[in-house]
Formats: sequence, structure tokens, C-alpha cells
Amino acid sequence: MSEAIRQESPLVERITPERKAASPADAGVTLRERPFLGCVNLRGNPEDASFTDAVQGVLGVALPTEPNTVVESGDITVFWLAPTEWFVRTVADGERDLIARLEEALAGQHIATNDVTGNFTTIELAGPHARDVLEKGCTLDLHPRAFAPGQCAQTLLSHAGILIRPVHDGQAFELVVRRSFADYTFIWLEDAAVEYGGVAISD
Amino acid sequence: MSQTNRLQSGGRIDRSKPLTFTFNGQSLQGYEGDTLASALLANGISLVGRSFKLHRPRGIMGAGAECPNSLVQVGRGAGTIPNLRATQTELYQGLEANSVNCWPSVKFDVNAVTGLFSPLLPAGFYYKTFKWPKSWWDKVYEPRIRKAAGFGKAPTAPDPDRYEKKNRHCDVLVVGGGPAGIAAALEAGRRGARVILCDEQNEFGGSLLANRQFLDGKPGVEWAQEAVAELESLEEVTLLPRTTAFGHYHHGFVSLLERVTDHVGLTSPDRRPRQRQWRVRANQVVLATGAIERPLVFCNNDRPGIMPASAVSTYINRYGVRPGQRAVVFTNNDSAYQTALDLGDHGIDVAAIVDVRPASEEGVLVDRARKEEIPIYSGYAVVDTRGGQHVSGVKVMRLNGRGDGVYGEIHHFDCDLVASSGGWNPVIHLHSHPGGTMRYDESIASFVPDQAVGNTYNAGACNGNFALGGCITEGLSAGATAAAGAGFGSEDIEGAAPATGKQKESPLRPMWRVPSRKPISRAPKQFIDVQNDQTSADVYLAVREGYRSIEHIKRYTAMGFGTDQGKLGNINGAGIAAEALGEDIAKVGTTTFRPAYTPVTMGAFAGRDFGPERFHAVRKTPMHKWHVEHGALFENVGDWKRPWYYPKPGESMREALDRESYQARHAVGVLDASTLGKIDVRGPDAAEFLNRVYTSGWKTMEVGKARYGIMLGEDGMIMDDGVSARIAEDHYHMTTTTGGAARVLGHLEEYLQTEWPELQVYLTSTTDQWAAISLAGPHARDVVEKVVSGIDLSSEAFPFMTWRDGEAAGVPARVFRISFSGELGFEINVQANYGQYVWDAVWEAGQEYGITPYGTETMHILRAEKGFIIAGQDTDGSVNPMDFGMHGLLSKKKDFIGRRSLSRPDAIREDREQFVGLVTVDDPKEIIPEGAQLVEDRNANEAPKPVPLHGYVTSSYYSSTLGHSIALAMVKRGRERMDEVLYAPQADGRVIQCRITSPVFYDPKGERQNV
Amino acid sequence: MLYIQCPWCGWRDESEFGYGGEAHIERPKDPDSVSDAEWADYLFFGSNTRGEFRERWVHSAGCRRWFNAVRDTTTYEFKAFYRMGEEPPGGEQ
Repeated sequence: MSEAIRQESPLVERITPERKAASPADAGVTLRERPFLGCVNLRGNPEDASFTDAVQGVLGVALPTEPNTVVESGDITVFWLAPTEWFVRTVADGERDLIARLEEALAGQHIATNDVTGNFTTIELAGPHARDVLEKGCTLDLHPRAFAPGQCAQTLLSHAGILIRPVHDGQAFELVVRRSFADYTFIWLEDAAVEYGGVAISD
Repeated sequence: MSQTNRLQSGGRIDRSKPLTFTFNGQSLQGYEGDTLASALLANGISLVGRSFKLHRPRGIMGAGAECPNSLVQVGRGAGTIPNLRATQTELYQGLEANSVNCWPSVKFDVNAVTGLFSPLLPAGFYYKTFKWPKSWWDKVYEPRIRKAAGFGKAPTAPDPDRYEKKNRHCDVLVVGGGPAGIAAALEAGRRGARVILCDEQNEFGGSLLANRQFLDGKPGVEWAQEAVAELESLEEVTLLPRTTAFGHYHHGFVSLLERVTDHVGLTSPDRRPRQRQWRVRANQVVLATGAIERPLVFCNNDRPGIMPASAVSTYINRYGVRPGQRAVVFTNNDSAYQTALDLGDHGIDVAAIVDVRPASEEGVLVDRARKEEIPIYSGYAVVDTRGGQHVSGVKVMRLNGRGDGVYGEIHHFDCDLVASSGGWNPVIHLHSHPGGTMRYDESIASFVPDQAVGNTYNAGACNGNFALGGCITEGLSAGATAAAGAGFGSEDIEGAAPATGKQKESPLRPMWRVPSRKPISRAPKQFIDVQNDQTSADVYLAVREGYRSIEHIKRYTAMGFGTDQGKLGNINGAGIAAEALGEDIAKVGTTTFRPAYTPVTMGAFAGRDFGPERFHAVRKTPMHKWHVEHGALFENVGDWKRPWYYPKPGESMREALDRESYQARHAVGVLDASTLGKIDVRGPDAAEFLNRVYTSGWKTMEVGKARYGIMLGEDGMIMDDGVSARIAEDHYHMTTTTGGAARVLGHLEEYLQTEWPELQVYLTSTTDQWAAISLAGPHARDVVEKVVSGIDLSSEAFPFMTWRDGEAAGVPARVFRISFSGELGFEINVQANYGQYVWDAVWEAGQEYGITPYGTETMHILRAEKGFIIAGQDTDGSVNPMDFGMHGLLSKKKDFIGRRSLSRPDAIREDREQFVGLVTVDDPKEIIPEGAQLVEDRNANEAPKPVPLHGYVTSSYYSSTLGHSIALAMVKRGRERMDEVLYAPQADGRVIQCRITSPVFYDPKGERQNV
Repeated sequence: MLYIQCPWCGWRDESEFGYGGEAHIERPKDPDSVSDAEWADYLFFGSNTRGEFRERWVHSAGCRRWFNAVRDTTTYEFKAFYRMGEEPPGGEQ
């Protein structure tokens, strides 16, 4: 597509240069968005070796079949979502090529691929109070003993569904949020962080 | 003089930090570490309020959560809090408190005269009296009762403070930071378990803060402080002082209320919240909630200055306050002797210890009291008290052997303090909340936990173990068991128990009601529940009137209904009920314990989930900002914000709608349709699956085409509708209504997973993936032609109800030729991140054709003109496809969800309501209110009720295209009744005359959308 | 707030789940062959068990799988969780 074509993140009104500049100095929480990452929803039967082998051939890594786990390989991150469902994330603009290669490798099988690049955005929450803020609206056990890097979960953050995982050695959390809920989630996070000095926006 | 009743030394107050506060306008002083109650007592103030019904003087009675009396209104303005218990309100500089439930003042209360008529206000008085006439209910009875009986005033301005919530998991939650709880937390915490220890007080230590017992040779408080210091050093231990566990639910779920800044001032001084509700999910729960001393029930036992003995000791030892100058101690057990000793040690005269036990007792404390030469009256009872606004003396008589009568000489004692003890009640509230059972323990004459629910362990006084050494051992044991249960070590205690002195005690003599010289009905009042003014006579009356269950007796008398939930009185009430019933208290039992243990503010429950941004989720489309910039007003559809209409400056709603629909009918309108639910359906059985979930046939529809379908529930009622397109042989793109998306996906998954697991189909939600730009109007194709490439847009190549892949403004796009307006229509779908970009391109391209954005209201008008239904507006879950004349959509060749229900007798009833149109007769432009009921009788407003109902209006608008108003309605046998007239009577007396028409008002042949 | 073990995702808060009523009620294979009364019985009547009850749940906010549970309706205690298609513990009732 032409360079002139403009994409917009669902947080276009929230993450602005002005807002970044106005980040509080003593913010207990740091937030960064990773917009536009290529996202693919993959369905298939993990008990069928012809499926798992073909997928591994494309992704370069075996599909995680243990519930609520994540594997990473190069630019590819694969999240387990359900027994026959995975969320595959790649670089920006990588989704069409990824889908094409999956479809080719899986031709004739009962599978589904869906471009969900526009369906989600990715937010990273770091800082000393990241967990405190999430605990205000999430009933999942976020303690590192219960939720360590390599794990992921679909759960609720207040009234919005999220896909969450610990990242950076457990020092931060990554939230995959549905596009239409992203603005609400941002507002909610900013509010929840007030007692910890607010949210700083980082790149 | 300031703080006349403050002892010279002692107490856990900081005398270097004086605090000034006001009570009923009077400026007073206390110290940091005081509660409002201890500071008032230090200033010689014991009268704080009036009772609920009789307006009798009420003094500070307890020293904590159990106090039924000390309710005050704290502060004023937006932050004011009614019904705070002075015994639990920490003093801060500038605290303002006022008495409640008295007018004009606590000392002279007009309603106190009610007390003179108290024989007219027995138990059940409200039920018996305020019954008729009916017209008096809301005009006379309720306002008066509320005015006379309310406690405090709610603030009228928004609360300036924040209230937060926190979800937290732990291995072991320990409730109660007394000796047992501290021991349990230590035992579990040292093993590395994630422990939360909470206590409602400002510091840990529980009973150790208020007594003079030694542990390991040092004062108990020091032991507690060292233990807490160790707990603080453990990384996985969370200490929560000022935190009340108020509800214990199932599966280890416990709600805690942390008062974060309540003790600092009326409102939070910084960005911290005022309170925080912790929602703890504990693998194991240790309850170390202690015990509450129950007072003895005797005549006129409600006067200010009459307190549980332990409260007296607490005021002396913890707060350095002298609660009186001359005391009488009245008891049935040994523990109150300690209070007598505490009083004596601080130079307070003890006129007598009156002990209902006949024998000369042998306990250690009794011996010490004897050594101190305190007069002990064994086998005696206090039979009455004297006093006005404060107790001034007691009458004492000898008890008979059975304990049910008194005789002999009346001994008078002058005193301003009566410390009474009827034994101790374990705090089993939290044990009982989730269904834990209890049993009666003769040795303490109270109820103790029996079977706990889940991984719950009781330790210490709440388990009926009142000895300090036993409490600590039980705490360690419970901590070990709980830790082991969570996977940390064995059930053997690892920590060492501190040494405690053994105390020999004599058994108590159970006494629920102290006999008086007169029969109960004529004797002075013996209060059980001093907040609600319920007496032993009320319980006897309830039993006389036929109530047998303690639950019914409670409700009839209102005993334990107050904000204290009967913490002092309920067990006494059960004992007295047992006596009145002639039954064993073990059989009578207690009433059910329910959350909340102590009152919780509404703010703590609401947390931050209020206001337009956070009350529920707010979903926005990729073009939301554009709509805002173009003046849209929004409508909530499910969680979505959808543009409702776009008024131009100075334009009324009607004018805006007329303009929007005119442009859509005559030029081109553009609508943001991104909110429609979208589900990707793929697999070898996809066509079969659609055949089963939609009423019509789908197998024959070719790739490249789209079709409208309706889905039913298994009950045959319309659930949702939408257009689905065939992407490939095994692949469909399904759309649902905006509000129905999640429900439909759930419904489809349910059938796939539970009824038809053999079908090979994958469903994926793609609602948010697509920005959908819907164009309608005669110039729609002209606009699309300028934006879309790669698709032959001619009517022949791209006919109505088909779709094509192409590009829109250079962005990959899926374009549908569908219409919800009856006009030529296209819907451009692009990946959502490009939505605004493509929308801008469409907007630009449409300028020369007068493109106009329209919102949901115009969309509703356009579709109503065509008689298209909106699932959820024209349907309500009780209407089937035949009611809508959709027989053509019901396949006869296959089964589908809900089909069998369509032949049920009710579904084929001939007098069912059917979907029709309505126009108004008298004023063609009058809009019938949606929901209006339709009748045949023009004079329905005056006619005898009920008036037979013939139908109701589901949608109603003004149609500028038609020049008159239109409505859609469900009318009995409606399709047979074309041109009949019905009436819609209105609440204001108007009657709207309307005529039944076809629901298709515009372009009945559907020619416009096919061009 | 119940604590529910999704057979796939493990223990989660009740707020993540939807309730699906009584389990093991099969949709009649051939709806036309059942009488109106039998169909109404299938649609509208549950057993309203006191005690151990087999019921359906769906992990709506998680993996979106339906599963079955055995729960004591008097104590709320869950006795078992099992996947769709698996035999209920204790066999047929």
C-alpha cells in the first residue's frame, strides 16, 4: 500500500505528543502502545500432526498446546487462546504474508485464519505499580508465583476483556485489547493509577 | 477543665500529640491514639444519642464494633458520614461530630416523651398500627416515622473522595490481629506462604492492647509489636490494619474494607483513596476474630454509664481514661473481676462486685479481688438502676437458688459506672457467612463454630478458647494447618509458643435475664437490644403471640436489626427466647449471620465504576473522533457509542433528521456501521451449520452472494437477524445486530460445542477488525465509483445482495451491496486502522453529491418507512417469525433451531399479535409514543378497567419523506384488520386515534435498492 | 463469588463465566417425533435438584469453552469439573 495511506491506532486521541510530554515525573505506572502489529487468529486441530507440523514449518516454532502459554520465535509470538485457537502476532504489515503462507501450508485442511490486525492493539504496562493498578480491575492472580513469563491469560480488566501476559522478566505486563475497548481501557488505567502518581506514556 | 477523666498515665495514646475536636459544637481535646468515644469519655461526656424508638438517653457502651449506641454524624458538607460508631472512629485534628436521632439536642429531646407512652409501642407495633387508611402510608406514616426514627443525614453533594477496589489472591488470609491471629500469620508467613493479616483496629494486638497480660515475661503488647515487626520483614506477608473483613463468601472469597485515610481527616488529604475494598481470594482462611462480652440483662440496664466490663478495662488500659468515679461490677463469671482490679489499681472506687454465682469462687482473679478487699456479693443480683441522663445507683437483692427470683433486703449502691459481664460470645459471624455451622457450648454458655465451610479454621476466642495460652497455641496450629493446606510444610507447628501464666478460673453461671421483683410485663424495661429498644418483655410478647422460630421472633421484635446487628444482644435474646419458649437455647439457636459484619460505605462498593466513562465499558468505532468533530450526538447501543444524529448549529432534532433522511433518499447518506457484529464462519460443515441456525436455506446460496437471515431461540422466538455472505464454499461472513453480537456468538458456540460437536466449523469474532462505511441513496454508486477500484460496480456485474473484494482508496476492502434503507446501498469494509482514512476519502468523494452523515435515528426512520424490523426494538423475545409475516424465511426442507416450537399450540394461536403499520388519523404528524398500548374503546380512559388490550407500538417516528408520522406495532390478528381504527390512550388524558396499515410505507416493490 | 475450575484454563473467578443450566439434557434428535408436551418438557422444565447437580458453564471471558460441573446446590461446593463429551463422574443418574 502507498506510503500516503494513514493508519490510526484506537488510542489516537489518548497517546499524543502533548500527553507524552505531560507525563507525570513521579508516575507509578508507565504505558506504551505497540500499535499496528500484524495479528492473525488461527484455528485448527492440535491433535492432527499434519496441522501442527505445517504450522511449525511456517512459524518456525511449535504451537503452544499447553493452555494459557506463549511461545516466541523471532518476530513471531504465539498465544494459546483455546484448545483449537491461537493468537499469532508478527511485525507490522506482516499479517497478509503470514496468512498467505499459513493458508498455503494448510491447504485442504479444516482450519481458519483471520486477519485480526485491526481487531486489537497491544499495550505494555510497566513501573513499580503496574500490578497494583491491574489488581483494581482484574481477578486473575498476577503474583509472579502464579503468573510468570511464558504464561498468558484471557480475562477481564474491569468491564473489558483482555489477553494479558507478563513480559520483561515479569517486570511489566502486556495487554492485548480489543480495538473498540482500547479507549475505555486507557481511561480506566489512567484513573486507576491516580493514587500512584498517574501514568507516564513512553515510546 | 479539659479531659477531667483522663488518667495521669498509661494507655496507648500519645500525650505529646493533643488533638482538638468538637462534639455538638463544643470544642474538646483528646490525644492521638484516641477514638472519638475514648476522647469523649476523657472529657466526661458519656451521653451521645437517643435510642431508635423510645428516644431514651444513650451513652457510650462498648469500646469497638459491638457498641450499639455511639452513633454520630461526622463532618459536614459533601464528605459528611452518618452513623459512624464513635468507638471505631479514630480521633483526628479538627474532627467534628454531632449526635443523631435527637432534636433539638441530645440533652433535651422532644421525642423522649415517646418513652412515657412506651406501653403503647410494644413489639410488632409498626405492623399492627400503620395499616390504614391506605392514603396515610406515604403522606403521614412514612414521613413521620422516618423523621422520628432516622439515624443521621446522608450528604447531598457528590463525595469528594476516591474509593478503590483491589483483587488479591493469597495462600492464607488471617482475619483478626490479636494473639491468635498474629500467631497464625507468623506460623504461615515464616514458611514463605503469601499471607494477608487484617485487623479492624489501628494497630495489631487485639485483646493485648487492652489488658495487662504477659507473654514470654513481657507485656503482651510488646510481644505483639515484635511479632508484627517480624511479619513486616517477610516479603510475602501483607499487613492490613484498619481493615475489617466484612463478608466471607464461598470458595475462600473474603471482602475486606480498608479505611485508608479515614483516620487522617474528613476527606483524604492527598491522592490516596479514602477507603479500599479488598476482594481476597484465599486458598485458606484463618479466622481469629475474638469474642465479644455480653452484658447482663437487668431492669433499666440501658442508662449511660452501664457498660460491658471489658469495655471499662479497655478504656482504662488502652486509652488511659477513667470511665467513672465509683463503680459496681456485676458478673456471672471471673473475667469481670479483672475489671474490678483494673478500676482499683487506677484509684477508682469499686463499691461492690455483685456475682450471681452463689458459691465462694476460687479463681485467681477472685482471690486477688478479695485481697484488695473489694466487697463481693456472691449470690446477689442487680435488680434495677437509678439515674436520669446517667446511672446514679443500683439496687441489689439476693438471688434464689434457681436464679429465677430475688428476695430479701434491697441494698442500694451509689455509683456512676456499672461494669457488667454475662460471659463471652465468640465472634462466629465470618465462620457462619458461607454456611459454617455452630453448636452450643455449655462451658461458655454460647455458640462456637462446629463445621467450617471450605478451608476455614477458627482459632482462639472465636473458637471458644478464651485463655491467652490456648489462643496462641490454636493460632499457631491453625497457621500450620492452613500453610500446609496451601502447600507450605506440614501441619506440625514449627514456631514456639510464648510462655503464658496459667490462670485458674471458676465456671460461669449462665444467666440470660436477671430476675426482678415484678413479673416481666410489669417490670422496668430489661433491654436486650439498646439500639432498637427491644426488651425481654418484647420477646415474651412475641412468643405469646405465637412466634416459635428465633428468626421470626427477631423480625417481629426487630431485635438485632440495628447498625450493630445485635452484637451485644442477640445471644441474650436467644437465651431469653428459649426461656420464654421453655426450650433449650441449644435448640432455639441463633439467627443467621449475614454480611456485612459492620456497615460498609456505598462508596466502597461502587469503587470507581461510576460516571459516563467507567460505569460500563464504552466501545468506540474507528471513526469516533470524526463524528465528534462533526457535531454528532451519541446513542448507547449495547456498550457502543453510535452517532445518533448530527445537528447543525441552530437545527432542531426534527430538522436534522428531516435533512439527513432527505439526503439519503435524494442524494447520498453515509453511516458508520462498524458496530455490527461480525463472525467468520469456516469449515467443511459451514453451510450445514448456517442451515441449522438460520430459519432459511443457505446451502444453495452461491459464493459472492449475501442473504438476510433470522435466528430463533429454541423457543421459536426471534433472537437476532443479519446478513451473511458466502466468501468461499466453506466460508461465510456473518453479521449480527450491534447489541446482539456477543449473545449470538455465544449461542452459536453453545450449539457447536454441546449439541453438534460433529460439525467441522470454526467461529471467529471479527467485529472490531472491520470499519464499515455504509452508503445509501441514489448517488451511492457515484461516490463508490470514485473511491473503490478493482470492482465492476455496474448493477449487472455487482447486483443487490452480493459482495466483492477490491480496494478503497488504495486499502484492501470488502464491499457489500446491501441496504437497510431501501435505497441503493453499498457497505465498504476495511481493516479498522484504515477506517478513518477511507472514511475521509469517501467523504471527500461525496462532496459533489451532497454526501450527508446520518445517525441511528435516521437509520431507524429509513428502515421503518420500509417496514424492516430491528431485533431488540420491534422484537422482545416473545414474538415469532409468523407474527412478522416472515413465512417465506421458514424453510420446510430442514430442521433449524426453534423450528419445532413454531408448531406449538401457543405459536399458532390465531389471536396472536401481528406486525403492522399505524398512521395517525386526527393529526397526521402526531407521533404516537413508543410503547403506547392500543385499545378499541375510544373512551378507554373512563371505561371500567381492565380495558381489553389489542396491541402496542414498537417503533414510532415522523417521516419527512412521507410527510406524516408512522409507527410499527404488534396488533392482535393485525394483518386481517387493515384500515381498522384503534386508540392509544395517553397518561395525560389524550387519546390518539390511529389506523392500521401495511408496515411497508415506502417503495413497497423495493425498486429503489435494485437500481 | 464462586471460584470455578475451567477444565482448560484452571481456576478463575465466577465473573469470567456464564451459566448454562442443567447439563446432559440432549436436544431431541428428531424434534418432529416428539409430542408438544415432550418438547415443552425439554424446553422449559429442569429438575431443580437439591444437592448434587450437574450443570453447564461457559468460560465466556477466557477460552469460550463450554464444560460441565457437579455442584451441591445447598452448599455451593463444586464436586467435579469435566469437559463436554466426557462421562460425568459417577456415571448415569
